[in-house]
Order: sequence, then C-alpha cells, then structure tokens
Amino acid sequence: MQRETPPAKDIDAMSDTPEKLKRPKTVEEAIKPMDRRSFLKGAAASVVGMSGLVAALQPLLKLERGEITLDGLLQKHYKELSPKRMQTILRKLEEECKERYGVLPSIRDLKPAEGIGFAYALNLSRCVGCRKCAHACMAENNQHRDTPDDINMSYIRVLELAKGSINLETSNHYYDPKEVPQKDKYYMPVQCHQCRESPCTKACPVEATWQDDDGIIVIDYNWCIGCRYCMAACPYDARRFNYEKPKIPNEAINPNQGYLSNRPRPKGVVEICTFCLQRTRAGKYPACMEVCPTGARVFGNILDPDSEINYILQNKRVYVLKEDVGTQPRFYYYFD
Amino acid sequence: MKNYLIFLYKVWRVSFQGSWQFYTWMAFLSILSLIGLNAYSHQLVDGLQTTGMTNQVSWGAYIANFTFLVGVAAAAVMLVIPAYVYKMHHMHRVVLFGELMAIAVIIMCLLFVMVDLGHPERFHHLLPPWGKLNFPGSILAWDVIVLNGYLLLNMHICGYLLYCYYREKKPTWLFYIPFVFVAIIWAVSIHTVTAFLYVGLAGRPYWNHPIVAPRFLASAFTAGPALLIVTFQVIRKFTNYWIGDEPIFTLRRVITIAMIINVFLLGCEIFAEFYPGTVHQAAANYLYFGLHGHNGLVPWIWTAIALDVIGLTILLTPWSHRISGLNTACIVCFVGIWIEKGMGLIIPGFVPSPLGEIVEYLPSVNETLVCLGIWSFGILVYSWMLHVAIPIMNGNLKKTSSST
Repeated sequence: MQRETPPAKDIDAMSDTPEKLKRPKTVEEAIKPMDRRSFLKGAAASVVGMSGLVAALQPLLKLERGEITLDGLLQKHYKELSPKRMQTILRKLEEECKERYGVLPSIRDLKPAEGIGFAYALNLSRCVGCRKCAHACMAENNQHRDTPDDINMSYIRVLELAKGSINLETSNHYYDPKEVPQKDKYYMPVQCHQCRESPCTKACPVEATWQDDDGIIVIDYNWCIGCRYCMAACPYDARRFNYEKPKIPNEAINPNQGYLSNRPRPKGVVEICTFCLQRTRAGKYPACMEVCPTGARVFGNILDPDSEINYILQNKRVYVLKEDVGTQPRFYYYFD
Repeated sequence: MKNYLIFLYKVWRVSFQGSWQFYTWMAFLSILSLIGLNAYSHQLVDGLQTTGMTNQVSWGAYIANFTFLVGVAAAAVMLVIPAYVYKMHHMHRVVLFGELMAIAVIIMCLLFVMVDLGHPERFHHLLPPWGKLNFPGSILAWDVIVLNGYLLLNMHICGYLLYCYYREKKPTWLFYIPFVFVAIIWAVSIHTVTAFLYVGLAGRPYWNHPIVAPRFLASAFTAGPALLIVTFQVIRKFTNYWIGDEPIFTLRRVITIAMIINVFLLGCEIFAEFYPGTVHQAAANYLYFGLHGHNGLVPWIWTAIALDVIGLTILLTPWSHRISGLNTACIVCFVGIWIEKGMGLIIPGFVPSPLGEIVEYLPSVNETLVCLGIWSFGILVYSWMLHVAIPIMNGNLKKTSSST
C-alpha cells in the first residue's frame, strides 16, 4: 500500500504519487519468516563474505611487530610530555635503534637556549656546487637511502643555474659534470629556510611541527599523522616524507641523535632540516657548514651583535629567496 | 527506545532482501571494495611507497578524488534549495536522495583522506582534548570540522525524516528545518574550505588564485546534480518509487547554469595564466602544453576540456530536453569535471616543484585499486541507503507493519 496521502498543502511529506503506479509488493510480503532454505543461503553468503574480508586483510599479517603499539598510540604531544616520561621514551627509542641498526645511539632532547636566534647565510659568490653539504647532511641526519650515494632525501638540494638569471625553473638539480664549478654556471644550495612566518607549521592540522624559540622548526615524529599538507605549503621544497621505512646501512648510523631531529624516523612521517639541532644546540656548527670547502656558509646567533652572521646581514648584498611569499626566512644568500 | 531498535532490526532485515539484480549489484560492489581493502592493507604494511607519489608530488590520486567528491557532496544543496527555499513541490519527493548521496560521498571523502595519511592510526591526534587540532590556523583543521559537521547534519536530517515516515508521523518543524538551512550554508562551506586548502598556499602560484573557490562551486553544482539525474532514473527503473520528470528537468536547469559559469571561469583562469606571460604560468604550461618535454597531463586536460565543451553544448541544445540527451550531457560533464578538478587541479600544483624541478606523477596500480575500492564502497553505501530508504518513503516499511 502507498502511504496515506497527506493534505495537499503539506509540502514536506511524500505526496503526489500517481495512482496509475501498480501496487508494489510490500516489504512484509518480501520479508517472510525465515525458512531453512533462506537461512542456509544467508549463512553461506555470510561465510563467503567473511572469508573475502579475511583474505583482503591478509597482508596485515606482514605488519612488523612493534610498529603500532598501545604505548605509541597513547603517547602525548611533545609539549605535554613530562621530563620523566621523555626519558623513558628516549631509552626506548635507543633500544629500538640498537635492535634495528645494531648501533646504540645517545638520543637527547635538547631544548633551545635563552638569547639565541639562529640564522644561516650562504655566499653564492663562493659556492662551487660540490654538493659536499648535501652528502654531509645525509651522514649526519640518518635519512633513508637506496644506495650509499643516494642523496634524494638530503635536506639540501643544490641547484645549478645558468649565469645571468635566478630563474629556478631553468635550474638543474641533477647536474653531473666531471668537475665543478662549470664556467657558465653558478650554484645555489637550498634547504629549510626556518621561516619566521612559516607556512608549514601553520598548515599542520595537529601541531606536530612548530618553531622553537631559537628559530628552529622541528617535527615530533611520534605525533605527525603524515598528511603532507606542510609539504604542499613549503615554498622551498624543504620537506621530505618517509614513503617507506628508512633504509640506512648500520655502519652509516650517526649515534649522536636528537629526539626532534636526526633519530631514525618511522615510515609515514615528514622530516626537515633542523639546522642540525643535535649539534647546534650543543654548541657545534651544522654538518653542512663544517664540511663546506669554500667557506661559503656562515651560521650563527643573530641576537649576538658581534656575530659574523650579523655583520654579513648588515654589510653584504643579501638576497632572500622568494621574498615575495612573505615567509621571512632565517636563511639568507649573499654576494661578495 | 525499543521502537527504535525494532526500526533498526527491520532496516537490517530489509537490507538483505532484494531482487537478483540487487544481490548481483551489491556482490559486485563488495568484491571491488574488498579488492580495494586488500590494496590498502598492502599500503599500510609497506608505506606510501606503494603509490606513485614522491617528495616533489606529495599529493596524488587520493587527494584529487577527495577534492572532486567534496564538490559532489556539497551539490546536495541543489536539491535542498529548490525544495525548501523556493518551495518547489516536486523537489520534495527527491530531496532526501540528495542528502543520502551527501552522506555516502562524505564517507568516501573521509576515506580518501584516511588512505592518504602516513599514520592513519594517529587519527585521534586531530580530536581534542586528547589531540591537538590546529584551529583556526590550519585550513586542514577547518576542513576536518566542516566535513564531519556536514556528515552529522545530513545523517541527522535523513535519519530523522526516515524515522518519521516509518512511524507515519509528520516531522516536527523544529527538529529538521533549522538543520536543513544550516546544511545549506554548510554545504557551501565544505567546498569553499576545501578550495582554501589550496588557495591559502602562497608558495604554489597555480593554486594561489581567488577564482579557485568559485570555480569549485560551479563545477560541483554541475557534477553533483548530474550524478543525481542519473540516480533518479535508476531509482525510477529499478524500484517502485515514483519520480516524475520535473525534478530531473529542474536539475537540468541547475547544471546548465552551473556549467556555463564553470566554463566561463575556466576561460578567466586560462586568460590570467597565459596573457601576462609570467614565470608563474609554468604549472599551467605543464598542464595544457607540457613543460620541457614533460607532458603527462596534456592528453587528460584536453580530454576534460573537450568533454566540458561537449557537455555544455548538449545542455544548450534542445537535445538536453530529452532524457537521452540529458543523460549524455550528465555523464560527459561528470567525467570532464572529475578530470579537471581532480588530476587537473592537484598535480599541476606540484609541477614544477617550488624549486623548478619537474617530476611527473602517475598513480600506481595499488593506488588505483585503493581508489576503485573507495568508489565502490561509496556506491555500495549509497545503494544500501536507497534500498532501505525507498520502502520507508513508499510506506512499505512502517511501524504498524509486522515484520518477522
């Protein structure tokens, strides 16, 4: 039976069903008391369905043990961890690193110091494009690599540009001449600019990445959900994502590690250059600066008026990459 | 409460009753969904390396489908507005189908986001007080709120109305009309916020464009109603719920106007990209003509533009007054918009990369299977909801009827 036709003015109800429509079989006629036959049919269908489901989920058996743990799921955001809890987590991460890579690291949770604001300047007149910085970055920061020479995950990309313009679109990331620098080229290493107005931290939906007081942008790898919105937001292509569980040869593991920086990452999280905070917050220079053979890199405390970095920013011809996007980087280029 | 449980039980029983066509259709969709689930299980174990995404192109088919589907979900308002704002009588018979579609499509959207996450098990990090939702800073946080809100609104409206019909009670104004009007604004917001996800990124000139949001809406109000037009005919053919031609032709007017606006805005966009000749047109160059020998998207976008133009032409000719013409136009527009708003919008945002690198993207087989699985699952959910809702709306499933 059709339902009773409501008054014509009632526009909210189902009305104007034409009478010509044949009286349908009602649901009651369709739902008969379950007989043996339909019960068996239903049971058979359920069995087929369930086995299909189980078969579909089969690959989950290969999930590594310890990859998803209750402890991990319950871990709080970095800023809410008590010092004691942090120590437990650090020891556990050290154990995990030992188990996986055979190296027992020292993982520290180094906090930013008072009165320090880091900044980096790179002399484009001096850079010769040797890519030693990109390789040193890999050696320091425990990134994934497919082969020992693979620098795809390095936080530094060195661009080869034709003299006469700074058009990134014509840059070559994969230059491979017999020797550098090539006569008609110049070179521009790009890494995280640690922007003061950072689009990446603004984009993160879960506050898994933020800027610390010394200006370094960090990521809590145990909080990142891996949505990669920060990567879309970054104007400098500085962020890398762990599409797979990082492969690092045991002998290449750097045991001096930071919780917010170079400890081996889980798969499925984003990572970036942290100005090597495991070094710089302990009073050392970043790995890329230390290795630079031409002295093109200058790193220091911008809040210290006598620092070299301050001298450069005040006296050299300084160039900010993509100044128009308003990110106010802590990374500067300059020319002699 | 007891009555409600009986209602749920009846719904459960009806869910498994149907013709052989129904069983075949549902079995077919279930198999495809399971294939997708299987592919996703592989991805969960091996990580997102099973997709075609890279550091340079860090979003792909998942987010493309997500973006497109948010529009389809928003388009339910194109039934709600004629029915509730303009009080078009004939639209009331079908408005619920639009809202049910919104539910199914939002579920698909949420699934597409979930499968894109590197750590889906950390989803609770989004939920305060345990999690930390970066609101109002992150547009993605806004999107989480508006999408889930829209899902809840529509679930409430549909659930409430269906339960009223089942009890043969007239729905109480206060319990649904305010929600209906909130949902109208909300629908616009889901698509606007999703557009702002891209528009808000100053480092991606291809997206950082005020026209993206209006164009999103225009294309959504074509693709969504186009799908509904086809759905109405399926309902007409396979069930005994009567749908006249009026709702279909009301929607024809909607999609015609929306498509005109969409194509016009596309023209505006093309002008702004190409006329000034700045370096920012690199992404558009890549999309339409290829860049430095890389032209992976070129055939796609021209197919999309051809489909858009064909669809619009049909809509503007008398053929669209006939069901055959209208159906052709709907399918053509739907596919055209799926391409231009999915792959055509997302991928060029990443090519060239902000540092000028050109890395092309092609979805992997596994990724494609996951997409297929989510589409099938969405259609499965929608089919199931229609299968249950129609007997209730027909008055065949009601409180007074006995069921065993």
